Amino acid sequence: MIKKLAKVAAAAIVGALVATAVTPASAAVPGIKTGLKIAIMPKAVNIGYFTAWDKGAQKACKEIGAKCTYLGPTEATGPAQVQFINKVIQQKYDVLVISAADQNAIVPSLKKAKAAGITVVTSDADVAAASASSRVVSVLPAASDRIGTAEVDWIAEAVGKKGSIAVLSASATAANQNAWIAAMGPYLTKKYPNMSWVGGTVEKSTFYGDDDATKSTAQFAAILSQYPDVAGIISPTTVGVLAAAIEKKAKNAKVKVTGLGLPSQMAPYIEDGTVEKVGLWNPIDLGYVAVYAAARAESGTFKGTVGSSFLAGKKTYKVTKGGVVFLGDPFTFTKSNIATFKAIY
Amino acid sequence: MKKKYTFGWDQGVTAFLAITVVVGSFVSEYFANFDNLSFVIQDIAEIAIIALAMTYLIIAGEIDLSVASILSLTSATIGFLFRNGTSFEMAIVGGLLVGLLCGLLNGYLVTVVGLPSLAVTIGTLALFRGLCYALLGNEPVNELPENWIVLGYENIPGTFLPWSTIPLAILAAIAWIVLHYTRIGRWTFAIGINPEAAKFSGIPVARMKLGLFAMTGLMSGVAGVVYTLRFASASPDGAVGFELSVIAAVLFGGVAIAGGIGTLWGVLAAVLSLGAIRSVLQLIDFSANALLVVSGALLLISVVVPRAIEIYQSRRKSAFVTKI
Repeated sequence: MIKKLAKVAAAAIVGALVATAVTPASAAVPGIKTGLKIAIMPKAVNIGYFTAWDKGAQKACKEIGAKCTYLGPTEATGPAQVQFINKVIQQKYDVLVISAADQNAIVPSLKKAKAAGITVVTSDADVAAASASSRVVSVLPAASDRIGTAEVDWIAEAVGKKGSIAVLSASATAANQNAWIAAMGPYLTKKYPNMSWVGGTVEKSTFYGDDDATKSTAQFAAILSQYPDVAGIISPTTVGVLAAAIEKKAKNAKVKVTGLGLPSQMAPYIEDGTVEKVGLWNPIDLGYVAVYAAARAESGTFKGTVGSSFLAGKKTYKVTKGGVVFLGDPFTFTKSNIATFKAIY
Repeated sequence: MKKKYTFGWDQGVTAFLAITVVVGSFVSEYFANFDNLSFVIQDIAEIAIIALAMTYLIIAGEIDLSVASILSLTSATIGFLFRNGTSFEMAIVGGLLVGLLCGLLNGYLVTVVGLPSLAVTIGTLALFRGLCYALLGNEPVNELPENWIVLGYENIPGTFLPWSTIPLAILAAIAWIVLHYTRIGRWTFAIGINPEAAKFSGIPVARMKLGLFAMTGLMSGVAGVVYTLRFASASPDGAVGFELSVIAAVLFGGVAIAGGIGTLWGVLAAVLSLGAIRSVLQLIDFSANALLVVSGALLLISVVVPRAIEIYQSRRKSAFVTKI
């Protein structure tokens, strides 16, 4: 009896040893080197949207067996990011995944990083189109005009398709917001003839909150005082739309608010009716796909040329014109589905 | 007595710089190499250039808080002119001229109208910053000529020194020689120690001060050119808060806030120390906010320590007298 037990035990031990020998300690993905040192750099570290973005990045890092560090400035400006890019170069990272706080100011440092052998991928916000060579690819949510025009649709729905509207943006140097806002102008004129911009054109109706809660709140108040008849405000940034919702509730203002909102942050304001609808893509996916693209490029199995594609987790993504990878259309969050999404991001 | 004290402070800052470098190389393996030195020089180049002029100004008993706004206005002017069709070279000349004019405005208000420089330059800080937005709106200028931008971020071929080292080295050498070896330098100290006595001994005090303000404006303009090339863009919100780093460096370098005392080497060592500390803290993953705290702490030390030494020395003197 004991002999039999001993045999079973021995077999079990051998089996376990074989199993640990066969499955590697960090489950790696074919085509990607393990042990890569990856820097994940948001526009600024204290923004909830980027915490979600990092969640996706860290998930990908675990799958590919890389060592990822989340680092960045506390103010979303180019010069502040440049200091951290220099640090990434100094500390000899292999890969940099970055959301560009300033589409121009960081380009020289990105070129330096590239020259030092670091693979650079932008995600969420890209560098200026003319400087696309400073990064391998850019992973962006959806085509700019679709994000901009969708937000116009949401505000039109909220104000009953008439009235004047304004925009509360992030910083004046952010490529992503600027591209979305540029698409809003002609679309409003074409589709909603009974609506207008408070300042005449969309450029004159855009206020900049610099992705800073205090400044965004002040700018919201400025819009209301300069244009007391404003019917709706679009805020294409999670910091801005949250500040606008808080301030609207506090001042009991009549203006309708919509924009790109993180469901976990906007849930209380959607549930109590302050805001009817916001939308967003999943920043977790943005971070996740970007890390895969960068890791594959660093491992030499993905060149980032237009038309090529790569596998991130279970889905394949294709590179379109200008070296951009699009994730897909944004979700919208209303009272009906906010409960589900607020738990996710 | 005063000369002895200045000499001591100078050695102190140099020692501080040396200690920072040594400690830095132990604390982070990424600190002590030429690449990092290149980054540090780039990081402090603009601050150093402005500090050269600010040294003279503070020694002469004045101050200029609008330097960061002048830097940004120069950058905005370059962007504005270039965007509207001027050649980049002429845009740079235009920018430097604007810097000079800003300095002259500050100087005029202080020497001719007779207003205190602290109040004047707080006002022009806001005025010049507002003009930046007036010139560029909210849209930065980003298509600058590639052959110029290269000077902003690359090193001199074959060395680890960034291109910005050249204007910095030349200006620093001139500033050092003029301050310590020429009549203008001696006049600057004289004005700072006692403006009335200086006037009565024939020194053109008002003209000198006007010139020092103009020079500060021009140097802020040069820093503005360097800044524009480094970030390959001209934007209206650049260099906010730089004036604090400049003044912190000048005071930490041994220049007395009351005027009349200081050396140029002290200021250069202080600027390098500031850059070195920032680099070390960055590389050991210190929070970005801590960097601001460090600059502030250095500023306080530079103001408190000299006063503490003064009190200690006067106590020693009185103790000696009572012993007799």
